[in-house]
Amino acid sequence: MKVAVITFPGSNCDYDCYHALKLVDGIEPGFRWHRETQLGEVDAVILPGGFSYGDYLRAGAIARFSPIMEEVVRFAGGGGPVLGICNGFQVLCEAGLLPGALTRNTTLRFMSHEVHIRVENAGTIFTSRYETGQVLRVPIAHGEGNYQADQATLAELEGDGRIVFRYSTPGGELTPEANPNGSAHHIAGIVNEQGNVLGMMPHPERAMEGLLGSCDGRGVFESLAEALATPAAGAGLE
Amino acid sequence: MNHYQIEVRVTPRPGLLDPEGKAIDHALASLGYEGVGGVRVGKVIVIELEAASEEQARERAEEMCRKLLANPVTEDFAVEVAPADPAGAGARGSER
Repeated sequence: MKVAVITFPGSNCDYDCYHALKLVDGIEPGFRWHRETQLGEVDAVILPGGFSYGDYLRAGAIARFSPIMEEVVRFAGGGGPVLGICNGFQVLCEAGLLPGALTRNTTLRFMSHEVHIRVENAGTIFTSRYETGQVLRVPIAHGEGNYQADQATLAELEGDGRIVFRYSTPGGELTPEANPNGSAHHIAGIVNEQGNVLGMMPHPERAMEGLLGSCDGRGVFESLAEALATPAAGAGLE
Repeated sequence: MNHYQIEVRVTPRPGLLDPEGKAIDHALASLGYEGVGGVRVGKVIVIELEAASEEQARERAEEMCRKLLANPVTEDFAVEVAPADPAGAGARGSER
């Protein structure tokens, strides 16, 4: 299966994503530059972390108008799996592929450390290798990860099981201290209505090898590989 | 075409927590300023624009806000349009 990693000027997790994908059986990663107008033959797309366009104006605001993004929006519209990590999540929100927005951390600091996230829905194509309720240890590295949306949107996300990850304690509790950036409802990751677009602030691609601290991110890429290998790939939420 | 100077003011929407505004609020209080509250931090974007009329300039600037300059989920915007004369002389709405 071919997975395209999009590189914007200022992306800095594109090679990490490439490396993570290489570790997963059956996945053949490749890069696409933001100026390209064709995705080519791909089975999934990853928008990596970083500081596309220097985070000028708002994180992700300018990247969404990159030529390649038109293709990504079209690909997602056709049910193609798209995963946005960190800055990629911000781009997905700016592009309107996911609702809400990522605003300044309530701490006003750039937060770069490990957090715990609870898997809220193991029925997505990105989380099938996890159990609902399972707690993962993965790093975050962002200044604008505070997820906000209006009450109606939050209620919809809650009601439809579209909150995929929430910041929690190692034991899976949702205490205020466990929420590193002030996100509404402890949201660390959400999917779109069709279930084929996931945005998440934590970095699963940085939690792939035990030697580097945690393997807990592997499940995201392995779930995706599994979904792509099954004929009904692209199927959404359960 | 006429020249206009556009000033776009982008501010966090009411009700949305503005951590930067809150930090400034606290800093002002710790400096001893009494009665300070509701500090919000936004940004001002200045644009020079050529347009046929003030109305057209405003319309285009508002479109820019909706498309790019403000995020409707978290921000409000206000547009101010003023005639600008790059030559530094001449009246309002002068032709170039």
